[in-house]
Amino acid sequence: MMNRRFFLRGAAVLGCSVAAHPMLTTLTLAAGEKTLGENRLVVIILRGAMDGLGTVIPVDDPLYAQYRPGLSDLREAPGALTGGFALNPALSGLMPLWQAGQLGFVHATSTPYRDKRSHFDGQDILEAGTGTDVAAHAVRDGWLNRMLQAVPGLSAETAYAVGRDALPLLEGPAPARNWAPDLRLRITPATERLLEAVYHDDPLFRDASEEAMTLSDELDDDLMAAAPLGAKRLSNNEKLADFAADRLRGASRIAAFSQTGWDTHANQAVGLDSALKGLQQTILRLREGLGEEIWGKTTLITMTEFGRTVRENGTKGTDHGTGGLSILAGGAIRGGQIFGPWPGLGESALYAGRDLMPTTDIRSWAAWAMAGMYGFDRALLESSIFPGLDMGSDPRLLL
Amino acid sequence: MPINQTVAAFRFGFGLPLPKAAPATPEAMLAALADPDPGAALWPGITTADAVAQMQFVEAARRRGKESKEAFEMAGREIGLYGMELRDQSVKVAVARALDSPDGFRERLVAFWADHFTVVSKNQRTTAMPSAMVEDAIRPYLSGQFADLLVAVTLHPAMLLYLNQDQSLGPGSKVGKAKGRGLNENLAREVMELHTLGVGGGYSQADVREMAELMTGLTVTTADGFTFRETWVEPGAETVLGVTYDGKGTEPIIQALRALAVRPETAEHISRKLAVHFVSDDPDPDLVAAMSSAWRSSGGDLMAVYGAFLTHPSAWTLTAAKVRQPAEFLVAALRGLGVTGADVMAMDQKTLARTVVRPMQAMGQPWQQAPGPNGWPEQPEKWINPAHLATRIAWSMALPQRLADPLPDPRAMAGTVLGDRAGEAITLAVSRAESVREGVGLVLASPEFNRR
Repeated sequence: MMNRRFFLRGAAVLGCSVAAHPMLTTLTLAAGEKTLGENRLVVIILRGAMDGLGTVIPVDDPLYAQYRPGLSDLREAPGALTGGFALNPALSGLMPLWQAGQLGFVHATSTPYRDKRSHFDGQDILEAGTGTDVAAHAVRDGWLNRMLQAVPGLSAETAYAVGRDALPLLEGPAPARNWAPDLRLRITPATERLLEAVYHDDPLFRDASEEAMTLSDELDDDLMAAAPLGAKRLSNNEKLADFAADRLRGASRIAAFSQTGWDTHANQAVGLDSALKGLQQTILRLREGLGEEIWGKTTLITMTEFGRTVRENGTKGTDHGTGGLSILAGGAIRGGQIFGPWPGLGESALYAGRDLMPTTDIRSWAAWAMAGMYGFDRALLESSIFPGLDMGSDPRLLL
Repeated sequence: MPINQTVAAFRFGFGLPLPKAAPATPEAMLAALADPDPGAALWPGITTADAVAQMQFVEAARRRGKESKEAFEMAGREIGLYGMELRDQSVKVAVARALDSPDGFRERLVAFWADHFTVVSKNQRTTAMPSAMVEDAIRPYLSGQFADLLVAVTLHPAMLLYLNQDQSLGPGSKVGKAKGRGLNENLAREVMELHTLGVGGGYSQADVREMAELMTGLTVTTADGFTFRETWVEPGAETVLGVTYDGKGTEPIIQALRALAVRPETAEHISRKLAVHFVSDDPDPDLVAAMSSAWRSSGGDLMAVYGAFLTHPSAWTLTAAKVRQPAEFLVAALRGLGVTGADVMAMDQKTLARTVVRPMQAMGQPWQQAPGPNGWPEQPEKWINPAHLATRIAWSMALPQRLADPLPDPRAMAGTVLGDRAGEAITLAVSRAESVREGVGLVLASPEFNRR
């Protein structure tokens, strides 16, 4: 159902007439409020540059062990994937998802950002969703916000930035919510009533505080229900996932957050292991929290600013590189495969003689997911949401 | 001209009660701005020399870290500690000056210009650079000619690093040709789009390109900080907005910046921005016109612009159309609780983090980390959303008891910190609060306190 309205939006960009599409009005809900339909999108920004090669490992290529003599001595056997790749054992808990077709990867993908390898600029470009033809900082909003802008009338509840860290991905003119799962308003009912009185005549403060009090109460109730006395304390990843799942079970369709800890310049075996385990925990917890039905309508995608060097450095780590990895999960995806052409590890196949050669634009994967889930038209995606992107041919990402 | 002291404190200062010796009329506010900077004299700030020393320290530590895994970890710790101390000093000095300086308008202008010329440190080498730019390129120039301010900021290493000018080479320069490197237009574009003319300010992509070529040679080195490399300069003259600039060294760049500073589009853009920041997102066009006219007729003399601003009736409307940004909210709250600059300077790291650094972040304004070169948003709804308001409420209810012993009587405090704004609803609510702590919390969480 959703496809038509968004097709129309794209059609308008192409100059087609609205009158040619009689379905327009049926897609506006009775209440006058628009929605994105039932599909859920979760975007996780992995800050610090995830080592894609060490995550989905080209185990059959002897060059890998040669490039990384100090890193490739995996203590446990990695999980076999497909085409000579294996999954880092830290993610072994995700293997059932892979087998169920609910986990996939995009290897050797990157933003159009090249050569400078600054986290800061790389994340800027990743979240702005721009290419090299657009001057740095010329676009001031995030691409996920521009997606929301393309559907005027969505409620702020539609999209959630989860956590305390800024998320430029979702910043911009379209309204979106943000909340940190550990944020609580601990005030007595009497003080709550006094605050209501103080905010009564100021709609900005009144609405924001009402929402804050509701969220805070709901979270407290959930906590009471979910964690009986003596139960183990939840990790931050679990809290984040629980909160996102809670919102996505309700009126929200999009959740975005970021995780750090990927900048593994030294002692990568330990650092990457811990970051991957955290991510795995987030994904599994989210799946559990969403339940089978909603997980079935969910596409989760991780994105990182760039990959890391193919060769290990002098401190048992890797440095900033180019081609990286995106992880896809969810019941909506056509998983069990590794997307994107594999460039190989031969010296001449590397980017600048040091990095995995990017073979696809990371934005195109998000764009295809958005097209498949919400029916956004290609012209709109390539012009407004990701200006200058060429989405290429349909990778058939979703079921 | 007699003015409303509550409006003066909220709109043009850091809140009530006004510090001792605070000027009480627009004329006195302007006269104070013409005097030497009393805030800078109170507490020494981080200088550009300090920021360059940090770059040198970090690079030396990183070299040591290459020797072994242990050395790498040790270097990481040293770099982190060094940066943390500078960050804390930077926050403390800014807050202490805002609390104690009698010239509150100047401190607010410092924040305005720091935001207008937003810079963010991109790595651990340069965390002190934003403060250094404020200290050496903004504070000394904010009551002089805009052209001088613009030149000082544009040539500051913090700006060169943030907007990638340090990596921009003339493609036809000696080094550019030898290494096949070229232009980065980022700073040239932002100088026009954000710092001077404004979007739609009558410049073209060709002007941006020419400006970028003109600015080649400006860079930053760890040894010297600001550096000009003649071997990076694009040969030949450049034409920006119809004027041709040629010559050696930084002089042609400075000339072009000076020309941008006095353009009518610049006058309009920045006058409007001042009015938006201080008064309303939709300011009286007549106010903007008066400021812009003062800008044009004085050739960008900022005192003339501030004069037109403060003597205009629309600067003194009673409507509080804006919201205090988190940094402002925290300073005003500290002031309302009687915390002094000396108290802030004496805070240990934990206390500072709990009281100022983490709350600022949780309220949506992490210190010196604006989301982009266009700085922090101005719209009230960007600052008062459920999460950020909840954080303001939580701070208001929990932190004062750690900062003031005994807590002030909230009924008296409502009058002291809200002035004329202490209306019926807040007064009644405070009188019904279950405890002194919650009464104080209600005052600080109220719209009357958070709006300005």
